[in-house]
Amino acid sequence: MISQKLQDAIAGVSDKVDVVIAYQQGFDKLHATPCFMTTPEEIKNVIWNPLCVHNLTSYLPSLKKKKVAVLAKGCDSRTILQFIQEGLINRENVTIIGIPCSGVISVNKILQAINHEPVEDVSFDEKGNITVKTSKGEKTFSLQDVCPDKCKTCRFPTPIVYDVLVGDPIESNKTYDDAYADIKEFENKPIEERLKYWEGEFDRCIRCYACRNACPMCVCQDSCIAETRDPHWISQRATLSEKFMFHMIHALHLAGRCVECGECERVCPMNIPVNKLKRKINLDMKELYNYEPGVTPEDKPPMYTFNVDEVTIKEHKI
Amino acid sequence: MPEIASQELRVVGFLCNWCSYGGADTAGVSRFKQPTDLRIIRVPCSGRVDPLFVVKALLNGADGVLVSGCHPRDCHYSDGNFYARRRLEMLKKLLPFLGIEEKRFHYTWVSASEGARWQQTVTDFTKRIHELGPLHAKKEVTP
Repeated sequence: MISQKLQDAIAGVSDKVDVVIAYQQGFDKLHATPCFMTTPEEIKNVIWNPLCVHNLTSYLPSLKKKKVAVLAKGCDSRTILQFIQEGLINRENVTIIGIPCSGVISVNKILQAINHEPVEDVSFDEKGNITVKTSKGEKTFSLQDVCPDKCKTCRFPTPIVYDVLVGDPIESNKTYDDAYADIKEFENKPIEERLKYWEGEFDRCIRCYACRNACPMCVCQDSCIAETRDPHWISQRATLSEKFMFHMIHALHLAGRCVECGECERVCPMNIPVNKLKRKINLDMKELYNYEPGVTPEDKPPMYTFNVDEVTIKEHKI
Repeated sequence: MPEIASQELRVVGFLCNWCSYGGADTAGVSRFKQPTDLRIIRVPCSGRVDPLFVVKALLNGADGVLVSGCHPRDCHYSDGNFYARRRLEMLKKLLPFLGIEEKRFHYTWVSASEGARWQQTVTDFTKRIHELGPLHAKKEVTP
């Protein structure tokens, strides 16, 4: 049982760290929630299943001075590498417990399918199906049908960096092109259609800033220019141009930094494809500067550096 | 003022203090004829130009945005325009993805002595924006 192995792994490292960040059961069986453990007695609460969706590494920069052990899936491990590149954490203070992951579950997709009925029980079978029991009966879903879109093209099921690995490494058969196929497809649409698409999506935004708050790379947090009055980048008006501007701030501040963990889309209450803009920028970063965020610790983010002769940038003529 | 005021479009120019702003001044002192659609904003360096400046301008009523700095290797602060080049190139690729024509945004390098080059840049860019027409034709623009 993987949960047991995980608890053993945590027990193995817990005496060397101040706090262990992992998952425990949330308010019902469908929800896992992050937990911060400081005593060995708490380790028995730790769970691991495809409902453990959060990117726990988001907490690391705020715990920079503490010794922390953190649970990381493949996608989460990219966040850690990006933090290292940007000097936001000290690698020696972080113990990474890696978990190979064959895909998580989008709680939103399940809730929609069961019509938001209260959940009584959740179980998983060997084939990777999830069965959700409500007062209206049982429903079984295949993992493929209820996983977030990011899992369908996941290239890093096994963490890229870890100190302890729980379980056997998983190989991915997905390529770089698979991961960005939807972006390329969108680029081929007529320009009017693209503008209409984004206006439609951003118009639904309620500016709850959940995407920003959940984003591991949004490190400004309370100093975010979306909320400062001086400079006053955007007002509190609920107009499309203000909403559009907010999403541009988010996207451009993550240029060449987004590790595509998908937290922004997971937490969006309006189902806006927030991550799409950042993935488009990442695609350009690869083309222009041959850079991919959170893959190697030695890389330098492309906006933090330059070449005197940029071979990939051609001078633009009017 | 243009002959017919209603035909004027809004073009915002972010010019670096040391080269392009001087270049625009040279063009003025030399009495080179230029279109009047451009509103110039002086910045210390092209490296000061956050891509968000451009986006904010385009979303809030500008029909075109021009950024100009010192030629690469000539930056007053030695490397500001190298950073600018990377950022602005990224933005240039992002704008069409959002549904805004890439041609509405242009970045270039003009030195303080290149008055004629500045005149050419402004004339050509303004012409291009006029060919594209207003960006906010049917939309309400927030003040």
